[in-house]
Amino acid sequence: MEQFHRRTINYFYALALILLSTGLIFGFLGALEYILPGVSKRYISFEKIRPLHVSSMVFWILTAAVGAVLTFLQEHIGKGLRFPKLAKLQLMIFGLTFFGILVSYLFGIFGGREYWEFHPAFTIPLWMGWTLFIVNIYGSMNSFRKQPVYVWMWLTGGVFFLFTYSESNLWHLAWFRNEIVHDMTIQWKSYGSLVGSWNMLVYGSSIYLMDKIAGNQKYSFSNIAFWLYFLGLFNGMFNWSHHIYTLPTFDYVKHIGYAVSMTELILFARIIYLWRDSLSSIQRNYHLLSYKFIMAADIWIFVTLGLAIAMSVPALNIYMHGTHVVVGHTMGATIGINSMLLLSFIYDRIIDQSSIDKFKKSIHLGYWIIQISLPVFFLSLVTAGFIKGHWQMQEDRIPFVGMLHSLRPYFVLFTISGTTLIIGFFMVIIPAFKTLIGYSEQKTGEIK
Amino acid sequence: MKSDKFKLSVLVVLVVSFLAYSFELYVEPPPNGSKKVTIGSPEEQGKMLWQQKNCTSCHQLYGLGGHLGPDLTHVSSQRSPEHIAAFLMSGTIVMPNYHFSQEEINALMAFLKSVDESGNGDPRTFKLNLDGTISQKNN
Repeated sequence: MEQFHRRTINYFYALALILLSTGLIFGFLGALEYILPGVSKRYISFEKIRPLHVSSMVFWILTAAVGAVLTFLQEHIGKGLRFPKLAKLQLMIFGLTFFGILVSYLFGIFGGREYWEFHPAFTIPLWMGWTLFIVNIYGSMNSFRKQPVYVWMWLTGGVFFLFTYSESNLWHLAWFRNEIVHDMTIQWKSYGSLVGSWNMLVYGSSIYLMDKIAGNQKYSFSNIAFWLYFLGLFNGMFNWSHHIYTLPTFDYVKHIGYAVSMTELILFARIIYLWRDSLSSIQRNYHLLSYKFIMAADIWIFVTLGLAIAMSVPALNIYMHGTHVVVGHTMGATIGINSMLLLSFIYDRIIDQSSIDKFKKSIHLGYWIIQISLPVFFLSLVTAGFIKGHWQMQEDRIPFVGMLHSLRPYFVLFTISGTTLIIGFFMVIIPAFKTLIGYSEQKTGEIK
Repeated sequence: MKSDKFKLSVLVVLVVSFLAYSFELYVEPPPNGSKKVTIGSPEEQGKMLWQQKNCTSCHQLYGLGGHLGPDLTHVSSQRSPEHIAAFLMSGTIVMPNYHFSQEEINALMAFLKSVDESGNGDPRTFKLNLDGTISQKNN
């Protein structure tokens, strides 16, 4: 891989780690509001904290996924990107836009909707940056014939994201905006598919990395891999209505969402399981950090899978919808699966750097702190969610504030485990960040 | 599934089905939906204020949104206008006082009323069916 491209990608990963750090800090501030209501209101109120946390986390996933695809694509085609300047331009656009969005939140400037709360003006650079990414991945391909499954996932995931992101902005048109149920149907259609689209990039990259570690591409060209890919895409396109079972929209929309099950994660877990069996112990040790993170994701796939299936049954969903069970599921998916996989990609990137050796002890400790904290964090949220779910089904229920007060012990547990989770993450993030930055500087010197 | 042609055919079927499904949902508003609000109406102004103040960070509509405040889907029919206006005017221990003008308060209340009238999202009003689906008890 040419040095210029590597340096750009290292900066994609470094930017992603900054965003992850920002998301964790604001996540902590948000959690505090649950146990000490209004504690930070004088300086920064919750309607600013939540988007700062959520957007940072979404941007972490997107930026690291882009970095992974650009890295692995170059390794796959055996040469640098066709348009390295576009990758650099995309990085600059993303960096400036994300910075602008987070600063605008601090000043209370919103205008968008949940998950994309930023002012609509920021939609344009985000859209442009993503278009550059698509141009780069399609333009860099030597050939589209006989490609492994992960290439299909990258190519379709990139375009699918652009489509669904555009769809999530249809509310700017009065036709969609001016009827609330229609608007919410399209909004959650786009959100459900958006997650499916970035999962294509993350899961595709993880399949690539698993092949790389295993030292063969037997799985990536297999029939089962392609059937699972199409099943995943099918889910991404049609299973989104489990978000809106209580919305008075078309019944057929809900039935389609119910029928299209969440089998993508089961099958993905199967992939990892089969791959693990084929590894030799030497290979495992060589890529130990990447391997560890993939294994953690493997466990969380099983955990979130069970919950996802339960939530896709409308009669069960009604007890969980609008509760912290949904938050717990989101945390399991974004921290347990996406973040673990993305960290495995980043650690694969820097595995050859000797400077990482001095941090190994702290990285392993951080890793285990995450693995112990996350289940507690997850269970406290899910338990709080079930209690809220029971409350919201009562005919004669106590006021909302009383219900929220009864959840306090779980919020305390969630805040404590969230704090240790953050500590664990920083023990993993800081060495990776330092190594990435050091890596770039070292190579810059060599070029000169 | 060995040939690229076959894989491409499967992909095309999926993409065409997805686009057709999307198009159908774009052009056909749900039958149980609320009335369309006109551009510049208090309801529309209220909706834009809802977004500009990021009310969804704490509050939900139809169970979708934040968790720090109550779901406001049916607040219009559950609380008096004076009660709602009092919260909007002064905020709470967590919610800031946005210093809304009377016109803005009226717009937000009109928006919440239009949401309330758009359907029933109260989970208590759903009947659980044996096949795992749900339906409104009064239907």
